[in-house]
Amino acid sequence: MLGPILETFIGGLLTGVLYSLVALGFVLIFKASGVFNFAQGAMVLFAALSLARLSEVMPLYIALPLTVVIMVALAYAIEFLVLRPLINQEGIILFMATLGVANFLDGFGQTVWGSDIYKIDLGMPKNPIFIFESVFPGGLLIDPSELIAAVICAVLVVVLAIFFQVTRVGRALRAVADDHQAAQSVGIPLNQIWLLVWAVAGIVALVAGMMWGAKLGVQFSIALVALKALPVLILGGFTSIPGAIIGGLIIGAGEKLAEVILGPVLVRAFDLAGGGIENWFAYVLALMFLLVRPQGLFGEKIIERV
Amino acid sequence: MLYREAGQFKTTYNADQAIFPISQDRWFVTIVVLFAFLGMPLVAGQYLFTEVLIPVLILAIAAIGLNILTGYCGQLSLGTGGFMAVGAYAAYNLALRLPELNIIVVFLLAGVMAMLVGLLFGLPSLRIKGFYLAVATLASQFFLEWAFARVKWFTNYAPSGSVAAGKIDLFGFPIETPMQKYLFVLSLVVVFAMVAKNLVRSRIGRMWMATRDMDIAAEIIGIRPLTAKLSAFAISSFYIGVAGALWGFLRLGAWEPLAFDINRSFQVLFMIIIGGLGSILGSFLGAAFIVLTPIFLNQLPSILGIPLSTAAISHIEFMVFGALIVFFLIIEPHGLARLWAIGKEKLRLWPFPY
Repeated sequence: MLGPILETFIGGLLTGVLYSLVALGFVLIFKASGVFNFAQGAMVLFAALSLARLSEVMPLYIALPLTVVIMVALAYAIEFLVLRPLINQEGIILFMATLGVANFLDGFGQTVWGSDIYKIDLGMPKNPIFIFESVFPGGLLIDPSELIAAVICAVLVVVLAIFFQVTRVGRALRAVADDHQAAQSVGIPLNQIWLLVWAVAGIVALVAGMMWGAKLGVQFSIALVALKALPVLILGGFTSIPGAIIGGLIIGAGEKLAEVILGPVLVRAFDLAGGGIENWFAYVLALMFLLVRPQGLFGEKIIERV
Repeated sequence: MLYREAGQFKTTYNADQAIFPISQDRWFVTIVVLFAFLGMPLVAGQYLFTEVLIPVLILAIAAIGLNILTGYCGQLSLGTGGFMAVGAYAAYNLALRLPELNIIVVFLLAGVMAMLVGLLFGLPSLRIKGFYLAVATLASQFFLEWAFARVKWFTNYAPSGSVAAGKIDLFGFPIETPMQKYLFVLSLVVVFAMVAKNLVRSRIGRMWMATRDMDIAAEIIGIRPLTAKLSAFAISSFYIGVAGALWGFLRLGAWEPLAFDINRSFQVLFMIIIGGLGSILGSFLGAAFIVLTPIFLNQLPSILGIPLSTAAISHIEFMVFGALIVFFLIIEPHGLARLWAIGKEKLRLWPFPY
């Protein structure tokens, strides 16, 4: 009995890493500009679509940098056309604007690149591997591509952490996150910082899109992954990069375990037409955490003043 | 010239505090309502009723509901679709299991049911604020969507999972044709809008607005956050629940939980943002804009004579819609209601420069 549960747990953790990747994009932008960027999911889809279609006509090592260029251009367009005119508006207005951007990107991506299901072939090993065969009968089944995704994600997080903590630009980013006006008054160029953050978020979206695309195929449903990343976000806290990672792991493992363990119990108890509690369990789990810590696990303590 | 309040003296406090203190406004609203009741049935065709007028009116009720919560009380909610589903399924079950109930009672009870669920999901708002709350309300959206898809009792054990509303009649008069449905919805909308307009002008409305503007300051001057926030959740959910029941019974006829998915939540949220946060008039303008724009965009290629596949049209529709939202937010972040107010202000002087 323990074997399958442990297997589910590990599978959940690895899926959770992918949620973390999407949540990371949200956190970066929220940290630096206070914008709750709902378009992150659309950006993931757009990046994945671009990469998939470009890699059809050229080798991956050319397509990848080209997609990075596209994402940076997109970041520039968003900064110039949407954020700059809306500077100093309330959070909810900016949030709505990103909803508009999400709509636009969903349509734009599919108009330009097409709306079928595309494949991204990263050349990752497909055959599942087994570990701990001596401990459990049959061993534990693990998908190597998910393992690679986890490693890439870990590397990305370390790089981002170093970038934020050590470099000059990173310090500027944190200054902008703390206080826009104060940062601007000591000479930090706000527009450039925002452009940079959106570009980095675009590249994180590209990585997330690559991983999801390799796993599920590139299709519209990737944009919906963003909805899975939201509970990760509130669980970990909107402003914390480690929070996004830990939150992703908790949500990923939690929802898979709940589906396997809690699902059948609920189905039997209430005579349901199938389980599928994955869709809301993550949210309810995150809500439970929030009732104890309203700013998420690692969010900055909310200090309110009148 | 036309819109001048010069010479309209108010001699009582009541006259000063009237909903429409200026007589031109009173006349305008009266004419619009009279035209909606008497003129529209004469000129409008079936398509206009079913595809434009009925959806706009029903969604306007939902938008008023969400506006009470988000626009007046400042609690951002993304769970509108879920609460509409509660209203729709409650009405379905009430009509099915208690067929002798009057249809208006059914709709109101459906609203009450949504209100109770709204109260439950509003509880976290006492602890969580801002975008954290917005994401938390998504929990209600996904949970409710799931519950109506999976719990068989709600759908009366229908094998397909979709339910169909029966025929409805009001005091013996059947409500079948689009025009009858339109008049029925219109009457409800007028009542609901009046009640909402008066609510937000009353003590409770001022409580909501104080909480929205700065909740701690509101608490310090003696407004209970519990009462303010939960009453906003309750009344908002009531409106949204009634809108959901109407949407199911009069717009769709037969539906499944997918009709109330997260896109519905966003649709209503778009309405109040485009229309104007904290404005009853804005709820109507926003509803009209959001319903009409896709219809217009859909027709545009064939009007211009550009041959496009359906998929391409829907993608371009997405694009234009998204761009329009951003465009509107940039030119007027306070919505169509604000544009309307600016227009009226200009009309006071027009055609003179000052």
